[in-house]
Amino acid sequence: MSYLLIIGAKSDIAKAIAREYAKNGYNLYLAARNVNELETFANDITVRTQKAVKLIELDILDYESHHAFYDQLEEKPLGVVSAVGYLGDQGKAQFDFSEAKKIIDTNYTGVVSLFNIIADDFEKRRSGFMVGISSVAGDRGRKSNYTYGSAKAALTAYLSGLRNRLHDAQVQVLTVKPGFVATKMTKDMNLPEKLTAQPEEVAEDIYTAQQKGKSVIYTKWVWRYVMIIIKIIPEWKFKEMSI
Amino acid sequence: MNCSGWGQYPKIKCNRFKFDKEASLKEFISSHNNLIPHGNGRSYGDSALSENIVDVRQKDYFINFEEESGLLHVQAGVLLSEILEHFVPKGWFLKVTPGTKLITVGGAIASDVHGKNHHVEGCFSECIHNFNIMLVNGETATCSKETTPELFKATCGGMGLTGVVLDAKIYLKKINSQYIDQTTIKTKNLKETFDAFEEYSDTPYSVAWIDCLAKGDEIGKSLLMVGDFRDDGKLDYKAKKPKSIPFNFPSFALNNWSVRAFNWLYYGKVKERVSKQRVDIDTFFYPLDAIGHWNRIYGKNGFTQYQFILPKEVSYKGLEEALTAISKSGKGSFLAVLKLYGKANDNWLSFPIEGYSLALDFKIEKGLFELLDQLDEVVVKYGGRIYLTKDARVSKKTFEKGYPHIESFRQFRKESNMDSKFQSLQSKRVGI
Repeated sequence: MSYLLIIGAKSDIAKAIAREYAKNGYNLYLAARNVNELETFANDITVRTQKAVKLIELDILDYESHHAFYDQLEEKPLGVVSAVGYLGDQGKAQFDFSEAKKIIDTNYTGVVSLFNIIADDFEKRRSGFMVGISSVAGDRGRKSNYTYGSAKAALTAYLSGLRNRLHDAQVQVLTVKPGFVATKMTKDMNLPEKLTAQPEEVAEDIYTAQQKGKSVIYTKWVWRYVMIIIKIIPEWKFKEMSI
Repeated sequence: MNCSGWGQYPKIKCNRFKFDKEASLKEFISSHNNLIPHGNGRSYGDSALSENIVDVRQKDYFINFEEESGLLHVQAGVLLSEILEHFVPKGWFLKVTPGTKLITVGGAIASDVHGKNHHVEGCFSECIHNFNIMLVNGETATCSKETTPELFKATCGGMGLTGVVLDAKIYLKKINSQYIDQTTIKTKNLKETFDAFEEYSDTPYSVAWIDCLAKGDEIGKSLLMVGDFRDDGKLDYKAKKPKSIPFNFPSFALNNWSVRAFNWLYYGKVKERVSKQRVDIDTFFYPLDAIGHWNRIYGKNGFTQYQFILPKEVSYKGLEEALTAISKSGKGSFLAVLKLYGKANDNWLSFPIEGYSLALDFKIEKGLFELLDQLDEVVVKYGGRIYLTKDARVSKKTFEKGYPHIESFRQFRKESNMDSKFQSLQSKRVGI
């Protein structure tokens, strides 16, 4: 029996990833806060695929609990996917530090705390894969969401270092940079259709890239080129822009 | 936001409402009018278009499956393709499936869809054990043919006008292969086509592609494809990835000549009068799903599908007349499908009656609606009817003549105060 651990399992992307991996033969640990809200979803996967789905309570901001969280998994997972994400309110984060801190801690600190624990285990076992969902927002800071973007930038750098560290132990680390995705998080935004992925497409891209042993992917793939252009804009010009 | 059906005609502005909890749907229903449930947007015209669209697609949980009886319980937004993906490998198939698997279970109920086996298994409502529907007052009712016959007859085929179907229990059928033994019969004219349908009426699945630009003695020449599942135990079904058409074709791409060329190639590639093939589920049942966004080949102005059915005893005469009119107009459709149906069911607005149905796709262009009006006259003259799921333009007068139970439906909607709440552009146009 082989388990995949998904943290931040309530997000739309996480749910699509859960279905994708179950379809391809994985059992699942789904971890999130108030995880019992996922009961009908867990049942959905079991009816579809007959795979085992276990729900485990996890507060990503309660760092003290993370060791106990991982220790309780009797059968250690083959891999882990972090779909933890909190976009937050950039405007609020500018005057209310608690909002800024929540954005940073959810997207970055919490994931680091948990990934450190799992990385140690995978490194010892000399196997496993770790998938971190970062964001194209981490490739360059913009006024509309730079608190979120900076936390994702930190996560991207963390994952890159982790990949370097775990390379010798043959543990794969995959950084995923989604562009626009049609989810609950973005439902009030008016997203351009051609650049927007459905969660199922993101999940499929992640599964394929992970199975192929890739290091960094953009999804949709076109975002790799969009971001090349955005990164190439000189700062003197970029600071005047509203994108 | 902009909304349109599969035909990209008409296009309107609408407000799309997604719901997580039933309580929020209840609240939305009580505070809005002009509502219509919307599944995967595959009805062609304006059946699922209104000022307020209740998006049911994301309600896509599987709830239960009973292995012994084949009874599957799913939420209304589950696509038929998802059912196939997970259940064909276990030896189960849909009892009734239309020519696309990219529709929701809720949509299948609202259109009371039918497939190539209508003459054997009837409509989708035949495989329903029961379903839960949120009514106009926000209450949820469990509906089945036995316990709530009126609600059942109104909802199956009722185009979403009785409430929002939340989940349904449907029976699947056992299969022992993902392959079908197909026989293709090449016919030279309508007479031969009709004879072939009768000859193969014992085969569970049948449908004909008809060359609607053929003229004179050749009118009605077709390829009839019939088949049944094999028994070879091969169930390694994996849905094919569709190749997608990324943008609308320019509207001149599809014209009389390109359709003529397609028909010539399609008909001409079959050499023998009777030939046999082994094909898989996707090829046999869902050939068009292999091309994502195939609706874009008709260009940005969109297209409409005209599907009608005529009582069996007058089908030959009526079809001859309709095909002659189409052929004369030169407005060809390269997707023209002919099928012999079995008996009608009791549902008030279900489309099928015993007889022959013809479905044609037409690009929206000058002169088209005049041709369709002309075809309407033929349909009315022979006592036939139009399929609402495909329609974007039929008049109230033409529509009512084809559906003898329409007053029961209207009355039922009125008594339950549904008519002031659930409405689509189509329901307003045809007065249901």
